[in-house]
Amino acid sequence: MTATPDLECKDLTKNFKDFKAVDQVSFDVPQGSFFSILGPSGCGKTTLLRMIAGFQFPTSGDLLIKGKSMIGVGPNKRPVSMVFQHLALFPMMNIGENIGFGLRQRGVNKSEITTRVKRVLERVGLPGIEGRRVDQLSGGQKQRVAIARCMVLEPDVLLLDEPLGALDLKLREHMKIELKSLQAEFNTTFVYITHDQSEALVMSDNIAVMNKGRFDQIGTAKDLYFEPANAFVAGFVGDANRFEGKVTSVDGEIVAIVTDGGVALHGRATQQRPEVGGQAQIYVRPEAIQLSLTKPDATGGRNASERTVDSVLFNGANSLAILRDATSGETMNVALPQTGAFLGLNKSDTVYAQWDPAQARCFPAGE
Amino acid sequence: MRNGTPPKPVVFRRVNSMVSDKSKLGFYLLLSPLILWLVTLIILPHIGLFAVSMSEKVGVREYETGFGNYAVFFNEPLYWRTFARTAFMSILTTALTLVLGFPIAYYIAKLTRGRTKTTLFLMCLIPFWVSELVRTYGWMILLRETGVLSNFLLYIGAIDSPIEFLYNDAAILVGLVYTSILFMIVPLVTTLDSLDDSLIEAGYDLGGTGTSILREIVIPHAMPGIVSGCIVVFMLSLGNYLTPILLGGKDSLWFTGLIYTQFITRFNWELGSAFGFLLLGLSSAVVFIGLKLSRQSLSNTMGR
Amino acid sequence: MKLGIVSTTALIAAISATSVSAETLRLLTWGGYAPDDVIAMFEEETGHTVEVTTSNNEEMIAKLRATNGGGFDLAQPSQDRITSAQEEFGIYKPIDMDRVEAAQFIPSMLDATASNTTFDGEVFGLPHVWGTSGLVVNTAEAGDVVDYTDLCSDAYAGKVSYRLKRPTLIGFGFAMGLDPFAAYGDEAAYQDILAQVEETLTACKANVKTYWDGGDEIQNLLRSGEVVASMAWDTGGWQLNADNADITFVAPASGALGWIDTFVLPARGRADDAAYDWINFVMRPDVAAMITNTAGNFTASVGGDEGVDANLKARYQASFDQAAIDNIKWYPPVPAGLEMLEGATLDRINAAN
Repeated sequence: MTATPDLECKDLTKNFKDFKAVDQVSFDVPQGSFFSILGPSGCGKTTLLRMIAGFQFPTSGDLLIKGKSMIGVGPNKRPVSMVFQHLALFPMMNIGENIGFGLRQRGVNKSEITTRVKRVLERVGLPGIEGRRVDQLSGGQKQRVAIARCMVLEPDVLLLDEPLGALDLKLREHMKIELKSLQAEFNTTFVYITHDQSEALVMSDNIAVMNKGRFDQIGTAKDLYFEPANAFVAGFVGDANRFEGKVTSVDGEIVAIVTDGGVALHGRATQQRPEVGGQAQIYVRPEAIQLSLTKPDATGGRNASERTVDSVLFNGANSLAILRDATSGETMNVALPQTGAFLGLNKSDTVYAQWDPAQARCFPAGE
Repeated sequence: MRNGTPPKPVVFRRVNSMVSDKSKLGFYLLLSPLILWLVTLIILPHIGLFAVSMSEKVGVREYETGFGNYAVFFNEPLYWRTFARTAFMSILTTALTLVLGFPIAYYIAKLTRGRTKTTLFLMCLIPFWVSELVRTYGWMILLRETGVLSNFLLYIGAIDSPIEFLYNDAAILVGLVYTSILFMIVPLVTTLDSLDDSLIEAGYDLGGTGTSILREIVIPHAMPGIVSGCIVVFMLSLGNYLTPILLGGKDSLWFTGLIYTQFITRFNWELGSAFGFLLLGLSSAVVFIGLKLSRQSLSNTMGR
Repeated sequence: MKLGIVSTTALIAAISATSVSAETLRLLTWGGYAPDDVIAMFEEETGHTVEVTTSNNEEMIAKLRATNGGGFDLAQPSQDRITSAQEEFGIYKPIDMDRVEAAQFIPSMLDATASNTTFDGEVFGLPHVWGTSGLVVNTAEAGDVVDYTDLCSDAYAGKVSYRLKRPTLIGFGFAMGLDPFAAYGDEAAYQDILAQVEETLTACKANVKTYWDGGDEIQNLLRSGEVVASMAWDTGGWQLNADNADITFVAPASGALGWIDTFVLPARGRADDAAYDWINFVMRPDVAAMITNTAGNFTASVGGDEGVDANLKARYQASFDQAAIDNIKWYPPVPAGLEMLEGATLDRINAAN
């Protein structure tokens, strides 16, 4: 028996006056999974989420929750709950009343509400705070209360609209882990939208990358990182150096280009093959580039070059060096290995960089 | 030298005290217009008014101190009935203004954007570009027996003979609501504007209906605006003079009218002052009770 | 050369004379009593400047009382309200008859006003404009209203109006065959009259459409036909008559109530010279006629009616034959404290249902 997915979208489209906010989006989210929609601001992810919540109605397409179409069903009648970007806790109520709000709307009796509120607060790790006011809580506590307020209603799908955006960095890192464990604890389907790729990568079972109203790729974090479907995904998910140039030869999957600065580079095209003479882009992750202080063998392979250190950006484990090509002036970011071999690197030093063409991705340019 | 006080801290303290003296002076200089305003325009006149209200006239240029004028008020049914009537009608006006103003304010604050919002807001303001007298005359033209409304109803055949809509309490209410509704709408729009839309959406998302969201989220949030609007409208209605005089009928007395009569036509400043003080007491009492009932503080509502 | 010097000297003298005596006259008066063209003429002739504040009897007294007779240099309350206000509040100063061109005044009015405004042996008022209050009637609809009490006729229920003020009490008193003025000095007798009037007015209350408050209001009510008969001032009736020949002022059978607005000097007025200049100026027949044409009422100026608009004269004559003029009940000075009794009566009428 194949389980009905908790959430299913079929060719979902939303047109505003003169542009398509959401363009023929189809996906489904199996029960109990953490699904993220990742995209830059303005890509349509908020519109998509609001359609799922019921605040906006699709122009065409269908939206099913637990197999039932939600077209024409108001937000207060859907088995989904939403954690808002700024949480939208009701400041005029205390925590207990906030969490009990949804139950009151359902006509649950008072003593039942009290016990259920108590239980859900225990589950999010904040027992006994029913009597506090919203402004007496810390950012992380509010986050958990907002989730508790939704979870107490036992929704089929929990929608989260960039709820970590307002938190400071430390707390955000912490909440990523906590959200994931809360999701596991409740075993509820989470649909999470964000523009922060690290949030999506850390927490999600599946991620959809959204761009200009469409899903460019749906996959696991690894898929997106290592096998991006197109140039947008390659550039948006994770850091990458991007080079653009003219295609000089195509050898199987390996494509050679020459940049405007005259540097010859190689990359692997797994999706569309660029044509010789056309423009193409090559994406290389900073950590895929190897550095050496001595000149490698002449036969060391393709993509080897001599570079000058422009600057060193020390950031602990994430330290980077910016290297400049002496002739073309093009720069690229290179992750400094953890070994400490390059700790002494200084501005203007000469280093040698190279990478395996198989670890670089090449896409035809000009979309 | 060892026994002496180290000189440095002394110098330091002196400098310090000079600075604080200077800033204190600045503080009092800034405060003085406010104090001057309070004392000369509010406190002194009220002291004077109270003093006058405490003097009873016993003969030509002969006065005694006592509560006689207040006794007159309580012994003359016309006076305290008018007093109670004015209070009741003002409360009714306030309630009506709230009921009418709230949807308008909600519409302006939540359902319109940009230009439309400004335009609607301006439209609420337009009647206030002319004087209260002109506005009231406008209502007289509409409501009088030979006026627009009566003639219109005759024309469409709803009535057989002209109807007088003027010179009754309903006309006063209409006039007062019209005159004061802006002062309800403005604070309401401000507080409703500050209500995050996502709170309303969250309410729906959690299964709330329009009514329950209004009751549990919108109204509690708007409470400071509601109370401050109500205070202003109540005060304006209570202290209104022209509208009740012009739109009201033979029995439609208003307490400010009585005060005017005592001061101007009866030359009885003593009783007029007592009336004035009673009105002050009434408005303070009603505002106090209103704040207590709505569990708001004056600073929370008026100080925004 | 000599002539030049003389004329220059004369000019300088003239300039210095005007500049020495040029004052600002702060005039507290009724609407229409100081028309712009009269003020312009006066300022040109005397060099004084005039600031006008329009008001009514009660407000004039209240204003002067508030400042103990300051803030204005000349005021124009009615003659019956001067001695009581002087007695209670001391807000006026006596008139210096030597500075008034008495020949410009109609002698009988000058004398009557003088005797009515004498307090402690000194005269405080000079007559200026006079007029009456009576009935303004739409003769086509309510031709049989000839006295105040006719306003209470069932035939005009809901179509009559009057003010709830002291002239109404007095007018009804006369119409009921009583003589309130004769009882002015006798508080008990006056109270008795007030009690009878109160009964009538309370019974009449249902008949009244509304108690009018301002002159514009009653004119509108009459013009629109919503009210067909009202107690009102003569000028209002004549103004309406110009638009609608059916409406006019009717002197009541029991006699119109006559008032005279005066000149008085506020106790702390600063520009007495200008005040006397103004009095002597506006009492000139030509100026008096200009004022009559704007205010609608005649003045106490000798020959002041000659330059008056013929239509106004005709309306006046239509309302007042000689018998009606002889029957005018002129307000005697109101004794201090009488307003209290009247006020209580008015309050009770107001409160009655």
